[in-house]
Amino acid sequence: MAVIKTRDLTYTYPGATKASIKDVSITIEKGEFVVLTGPSGCGKTTLCRCFNGLIPLFYGGKLEGEVVVAGCKVVEHSIYELARHVGLVFQNPENQLFALSVEKDVAFGLENLAVSRDEMRKRVDWALQITGIEDLSERSPHELSGGQQQRVAIACVLAMQPDVMILDEPTSFLDPVGAQKIFEVINELNKELGITVILVEHRLDLASKYANHVIVMDEGKVVLDGEPRGVFNSEKARLIGVGVPKATRLYQILGENGIRLGRVPVTSEEAASLLREVLKRD
Amino acid sequence: MIEVKDLCFTYPTGVEALKGITLTIDDGEFLAIMGQNGAGKTTLVKHFNGLLKPTKGEVVVDGVTTGEVSVAQLARKVGFVFQNPDHQLFCETVEEEVAFALRNFGFEENAIKKRVDWALNLLDITQYRQTSPFMLSGGERKRVALASVLAWDPQVVILDEPTIGQDHQQKEKLRQFIVQLNAQKKTVIVVTHDVEFVAECNPRVVLMTEGKILAEGPAEEILTNQKLVAQASIVPPQITQIFLGLSDFGLPTNVIDVHEARRILLDILEGAS
Ligand SMILES: Nc1ncnc2c1ncn2[C@@H]1O[C@H](COP(=O)(O)OP(=O)(O)OP(=O)(O)O)[C@@H](O)[C@H]1O
Ligand SMILES: Nc1ncnc2c1ncn2[C@@H]1O[C@H](COP(=O)(O)OP(=O)(O)OP(=O)(O)O)[C@@H](O)[C@H]1O
Ligand SMILES: [Mg+2]
Ligand SMILES: [Mg+2]
Repeated sequence: MAVIKTRDLTYTYPGATKASIKDVSITIEKGEFVVLTGPSGCGKTTLCRCFNGLIPLFYGGKLEGEVVVAGCKVVEHSIYELARHVGLVFQNPENQLFALSVEKDVAFGLENLAVSRDEMRKRVDWALQITGIEDLSERSPHELSGGQQQRVAIACVLAMQPDVMILDEPTSFLDPVGAQKIFEVINELNKELGITVILVEHRLDLASKYANHVIVMDEGKVVLDGEPRGVFNSEKARLIGVGVPKATRLYQILGENGIRLGRVPVTSEEAASLLREVLKRD
Repeated sequence: MIEVKDLCFTYPTGVEALKGITLTIDDGEFLAIMGQNGAGKTTLVKHFNGLLKPTKGEVVVDGVTTGEVSVAQLARKVGFVFQNPDHQLFCETVEEEVAFALRNFGFEENAIKKRVDWALNLLDITQYRQTSPFMLSGGERKRVALASVLAWDPQVVILDEPTIGQDHQQKEKLRQFIVQLNAQKKTVIVVTHDVEFVAECNPRVVLMTEGKILAEGPAEEILTNQKLVAQASIVPPQITQIFLGLSDFGLPTNVIDVHEARRILLDILEGAS
């Protein structure tokens, strides 16, 4: 079942001379783990804003075509109603934080969801713990390091457990171990609760192994849309300058030198085990 | 040269962010500071241009003790690009943003125009010359912030998370530019979590944890040391992980670069057949 469906979606920001996304037609099935990538400025954030109603309700501008999220035609619902279904972690975490304490920020979204106080307490504690910021719960979000702020922004959305979770470069400020942990948590929510995940990422080395659907945009258009291995190994991805995982890159470079591995690796484990086979053969 | 001597810093809220840092950075060096969130990286580099003053200890930049001069006095020499570009951008257009510091430093109009053109081109944002920085994508805003500092060609360049929001091509351009700066004896200090970027650049690495320096050395030594890397909440580069997984074949484990990886594998496989 499709949880997000767009048809010929085209959007122009107010005052802009050209559209930031053009004729985007994609389908995201419920329960998918999607990685959305493409060069800086290609329209990833803009597309995400169409999924939770910030576009057109907050940004204005001209939206053409259709976008349906969790059964709701986005243009017919308020941002507030959509927030019950869609959670967005902003690219810039600071823009998302406004409360006096970390804990209040994480609880804020839940207050609108009409969950019981007990449940709320449980979810806030869980979200703080899982993002590794329990010790910061009383601190002001504006007196934290960049990565600590990003953890708060992620905790806010995790606590809400929306049907669709959109994370716009959620780990750009995180240390690599923290980033891996967050990806694992998101992966669990995806596998266990069936939450649909849309992850915007440039650094594919860490995120790719969880994805079962990759969408690549370029200059406002969707140019590749499919299963990760095929997309990463395509000539087009390389030409656009998508930073394919180093494991995939090594596969390609070895291939150019006449050494073929059994299949296209995405993770280091896969690459190592494919290389073992080749090394053993000799 | 930057000399940091037993530097301690405590925020007004009481958070002890730096607990005795000693470090020397030579002219023309390329240094990457890495380590877990909240380790004190941003706090440390904010001392290099005098934005923060030591609670204890001192920082000396080219013979000038930062505690004794204003930020303005250090600004011409030390350029700083913030982790979050929104803390830095305030002009109505990208062009004005990039020209702002140049005007402040008293460059002539002719020189300003040349340098603005050069910086916009370098960061691939010429098409946004007349656009408001606040109508740009996250990665584009970061590049405006980079352009506005690189334009005045400071002797020391400090980049807090320069690769955020940047795609592979932009990162590669940035890497090449840093190499160029180093060739001109400019000092480049990068704070970053981007292990793959560091693996491609191979600079000197300083690892921080909890307000202290945990280790320092060449990237290929530090990033391939599993114990250190784990202590600093870092994950080794993918190429290193692959080679760690093949160590029983007698392959080296200190490989970070994809082309070196190819060389080693080809040697073995072609030598065998
Ligand atoms: N303005 C502030 N007021 C009070 N404490 C702060 C402030 N900024 C940072 N801190 C605290 O100081 C410590 C060091 O923060 P700093 O920003 O230097 O970390 P960092 O290593 O740059 O982390 P990150 O990788 O998350 O950017 C953290 O514990 C942080 O919470
Ligand atoms: N608020 C805005 N008003 C006008 N134009 C905008 C606005 N935000 C973004 N744009 C433009 O729309 C295009 C797409 O931007 P978007 O933020 O969606 O890119 P992105 O793919 O998320 O890039 P990045 O990886 O750098 O974050 C860019 O050309 C950008 O300049
Ligand atoms: Mg974006
Ligand atoms: Mg920082």
